[in-house]
Amino acid sequence: MTGGWLAGKKSQYTKEEALKEYFLFLADDALILGQQLSRWCSKGPVLEQDIAIINTSLDHIGRARLLYQELSKIEGAGTTEDTLAYFRDHQAFRNALLLEQPNGHWGDSVVRSFFIDTFNFFLYDGLRQCEHRVLAGIAEKSIKEIAYQAQWSAEWVIRLGDGTDESHEKVQKSIDDLWMWTGELFESHPVFEALDASFVDFSALKTQWLNKVALILETATLQMPNAEAWMQTGGRLGVHTSHLGFILAEMQSLPRTYPNASW
Amino acid sequence: MNKDHWKLWEVFLRSKNGLSHKHVGSLHAADSEMAIQNARDVYTRRSEGISIWVVPSEAITASAPDEKEPLFAPSDDKVYRHPTFYDIPDDVEHM
Amino acid sequence: MGTNVSLEENFQTYVDGENKVEPKDWMPEKYRRTLIRQISQHAHSEIIGMQPEANWITRAPSLRAKLILLAKVQDEAGHGLYLYSAAETLGESREKMISDLQSGKAKYSSIFNYPTPSWADMGTIGWLVDGAAIQNQVMLTRTSYGPYARAMVKICKEESFHQRQGYEVVMKLAQGTPEQKAMAQESLNRWWWPSLMMFGPSDDESPNSAQSMKWKIKRKSNDTLRQEFVDKTVPQVEYLGLTVPDADLKWNDTRGHYDFGVINWDEFYDVIQGNGPCNKERIAHHVDAHEDGAWVREAANAFAQKQVQRKKDTVTAA
Repeated sequence: MTGGWLAGKKSQYTKEEALKEYFLFLADDALILGQQLSRWCSKGPVLEQDIAIINTSLDHIGRARLLYQELSKIEGAGTTEDTLAYFRDHQAFRNALLLEQPNGHWGDSVVRSFFIDTFNFFLYDGLRQCEHRVLAGIAEKSIKEIAYQAQWSAEWVIRLGDGTDESHEKVQKSIDDLWMWTGELFESHPVFEALDASFVDFSALKTQWLNKVALILETATLQMPNAEAWMQTGGRLGVHTSHLGFILAEMQSLPRTYPNASW
Repeated sequence: MNKDHWKLWEVFLRSKNGLSHKHVGSLHAADSEMAIQNARDVYTRRSEGISIWVVPSEAITASAPDEKEPLFAPSDDKVYRHPTFYDIPDDVEHM
Repeated sequence: MGTNVSLEENFQTYVDGENKVEPKDWMPEKYRRTLIRQISQHAHSEIIGMQPEANWITRAPSLRAKLILLAKVQDEAGHGLYLYSAAETLGESREKMISDLQSGKAKYSSIFNYPTPSWADMGTIGWLVDGAAIQNQVMLTRTSYGPYARAMVKICKEESFHQRQGYEVVMKLAQGTPEQKAMAQESLNRWWWPSLMMFGPSDDESPNSAQSMKWKIKRKSNDTLRQEFVDKTVPQVEYLGLTVPDADLKWNDTRGHYDFGVINWDEFYDVIQGNGPCNKERIAHHVDAHEDGAWVREAANAFAQKQVQRKKDTVTAA
């Protein structure tokens, strides 16, 4: 992790630093995805799906709040869920790059969700056994929602893949285009070494994830991209794509314009 | 019917065990799995149901009102019965 | 012909007896058309009404406010759906209703043709616009057409949080920094009159109203509802320390109601005719979403058909 554009990034963490980072991985993933999905509101392909996608957006943002609230306690005085969401700049965000990729068309959004929902499913399933009691509790509460999300996005991948020629072609392209953002999800990170083993090491989820994705893509009559393809990285270290800057500029505009106001 | 038009489904919810499923409305979906999912999202946003049935609207056969003695004939007011699955909530007056 | 007259008379007597009409019952064709027009217009209002609020979801100033706003706009989608369902029981397809909306043949509440440049508008809409809508909707829970009445019961239950949410947003602003208070007043100035217009033209200018009242589709006149709204809202404005933008507003002891200024009906009809600030934008947004989604809806149908065929093939093979 030395050399290249990630140069200068931290490589050793104390236990407390690692805990905070771990919470940010989870919370920022949830917030950024929730924020992105909320843009579909009033733009879905049919009213029923508008309602469905808003539901998942609500779940993600709700989970982000629980995680930020717990992180605020660790951070101590002056930190709240809202200072974490609204007063950090892009370098401080730890979400995976996949989540800040634009919504694109319905197929692009569905595939982005499918990749992360599948990841989240194995991750949060494991976190139910976490020795951090609050995190285990959040995982227990979230797993039902995540299972539903994973089912929803997988079913849509299948429908689009095995639907019309047009939808097949479109969703195959979504998969191919978004594939290079998936490798980062399973990267090892010094944070995992600083925490006890009950904090799921993301790199341990790769095989399960690949198997599940392969199964769904096969059912959807879609081609699985090469698992060994070149992958992008940076999000977990705070090095983001240009998209995140715009997402935050929009999301944070009001509290930053009126920093002394409460809403 | 256009290629992009989804068919209509009737939705029935059981609010808790011990009660029968009750008609709550309809929605559009391409297939039964989607209809169940949509019903969950649309009709149970406030945990209104623990069991969902969906039925294609076209599969329901309803009794025809008697043409000769319309159900709304004044003399029949007191014996008027609405079709069983269109149930008027008890609290309609209190809202 | 003679039979028809007596059917219509019977229908009127039946409705006069506070009985509900259900989908397969005989009803005058004009009653059916009136209901389709009104219910679909109501549904379209919920759906188009999502846009001015969805506009602020990505910019809501706290995570709590973001969740509440999302949930609220989702409710509106749900309410639109309940209402489309109710209209479909009258034999009108949602597809047809949507095409009428997009072609401009069907109307929706004109209030949604105004823009929402300020976060304060998220409060004012919930408080005034939903408040005005609730006034109308509570009345409609007793409307004579069963599916419409039932949809309204569900909607009213869910709406109860919307108005409180709106008032809370405005209250936080009104009690906040001077900039926030100015934000609240500025928003109230823009939304007050359009909210009063939401109840529709005065009774003597509202030709459809009388028949709708007779059939108990509508239970209170436009002017009655408007007066109730003003009476109930003025004290809420005062509580916030804000000012109603109407120099003629005054409590009238004799009437036991507030007197208020003259509504600018030219503006009302202009906006209905398509000249509001956002008429074109609202419909274009709806059309774009619908067209962008066509390939998705088609794909889902194609997949469903394949599944049915596969099940048949399996049965045949077995």
